[in-house]
Amino acid sequence: MNETIRAILRKLANLPVAVEDLTDDADLYAAGLSSFASVQVMLGIEESFDIEFPDNLLNRKSFASIQAIEATVRQIVKANEAA
Amino acid sequence: MSVVALASETPSLIDRAQRVAAIAARHADEVDREGRFPYEAVAAMKTEALLGIQVPPSHGGEGASLLDIANICATLGQACAASAMVFAMHHIKASSLVEHGEESAWHSGFMRDTVKHQYLLASATTEGGIGGNLRNSICAIEIDGPICRLTKDATVISYATEADAILITSRANKDAAPGDQVMTAFLRHQYTLEKTNDWDTLGMRGTCSEGFLFKGEAPAEQIFPKPFAEIAAQSMLATSHLLWSGVWYGIAADAVARAQSFVRAAARKAQGQVPPGASHLAEAVNLLQLVKSNLLTGLKTYEDARANPDKLSSMAFAIAMNNVKIASSETILEIIHRALMVCGILGYKNGTPYSLGRHLRDAHSARLMISNDRILGNTATMLLVQKPDLSLLG
Repeated sequence: MNETIRAILRKLANLPVAVEDLTDDADLYAAGLSSFASVQVMLGIEESFDIEFPDNLLNRKSFASIQAIEATVRQIVKANEAA
Repeated sequence: MSVVALASETPSLIDRAQRVAAIAARHADEVDREGRFPYEAVAAMKTEALLGIQVPPSHGGEGASLLDIANICATLGQACAASAMVFAMHHIKASSLVEHGEESAWHSGFMRDTVKHQYLLASATTEGGIGGNLRNSICAIEIDGPICRLTKDATVISYATEADAILITSRANKDAAPGDQVMTAFLRHQYTLEKTNDWDTLGMRGTCSEGFLFKGEAPAEQIFPKPFAEIAAQSMLATSHLLWSGVWYGIAADAVARAQSFVRAAARKAQGQVPPGASHLAEAVNLLQLVKSNLLTGLKTYEDARANPDKLSSMAFAIAMNNVKIASSETILEIIHRALMVCGILGYKNGTPYSLGRHLRDAHSARLMISNDRILGNTATMLLVQKPDLSLLG
């Protein structure tokens, strides 16, 4: 999952730094993630993992780092499996 | 909770605002004509101690809610839009201080000083070359041991030369990305300003939103501890749209008041006949009620979200605030146009009790202060993932 998220970031996040150089807990906003690009990343993740973000997870915190994105995706996948 | 219950139980706040408004109204035409700072109104704000009301009582202020402050913006907006906008812009900066400054000793002290000395706070978030996006900076703050230094080509700093402090954004350091920003409070004696742009505009002429080359040096503890991204999302976005809308509501409300007095005077003369412009007045009053409802709902949404940083930085909240701004800035123009249809040539002329030229010109700034095109674009982007709120009560 980590590599898939990184691939999406490489393609859509439009960061001024190389995604390989980011640690899992690096602040993506500080690294230059714009709000427009963050929406593109969300769409990429929805498409790639076949999920839909519920409104309560559409906030800065859910997308603040690669780690946070991973946790958010896991949470949604788990909720979908339980449903 | 009812919306009205959110206002604090201090009837004196609105009394004080009304005294300021009376002074602002007397000078409004001159401020507009000469494009000068509304000195008298701002001096009265200081005399009535209205500049520190947002600061919590623990820091010497009155803990006024955003609803209280929006109400004052609307009161002042009915008298002099430029004075009201200065008051709104000051309190947008004050909200950043109140919401994000408490954890730092320096900023807590600055809050107390703002109340004690009635400091007027100005904002420097725009910069040559960033294309109007305040979430990007080119300039970077330089931290040299205990000192920080900043030079910024600020294309707009409203009432800069009259302010007691400027809250200014920059990149967090020379290697930071354009969006990795901090905000720093510089006191008047800690900076120099070299004017680069004039402010000779269609309306809002008294805000004196000129451009300056800012050069400042101050203790590094004056940098806000929180990233500007959080300050922008959690206090600035909401307070800007809500307080601006309060000012705009005030401009439209005064236009409606003028139109109504025109219709009543005509009706008295016509002895019972409804004057021809009266239906325009009915439409204007209808639209004014929409602006008011929209603004009050926005204020309630803010108060409900205020204690919850996740909610404040959510897309649903950003869309709700964007919508308040778009609707009030567009609708006030329609309201004033209808008021003008009511007042006719006496509304078109300057210097009559029904003059609406200043209102119309001031109101045209609303769609441009962060362009509605840009805001609609942001909302459209967010709507690619965020589902719009379709419930009535949610």
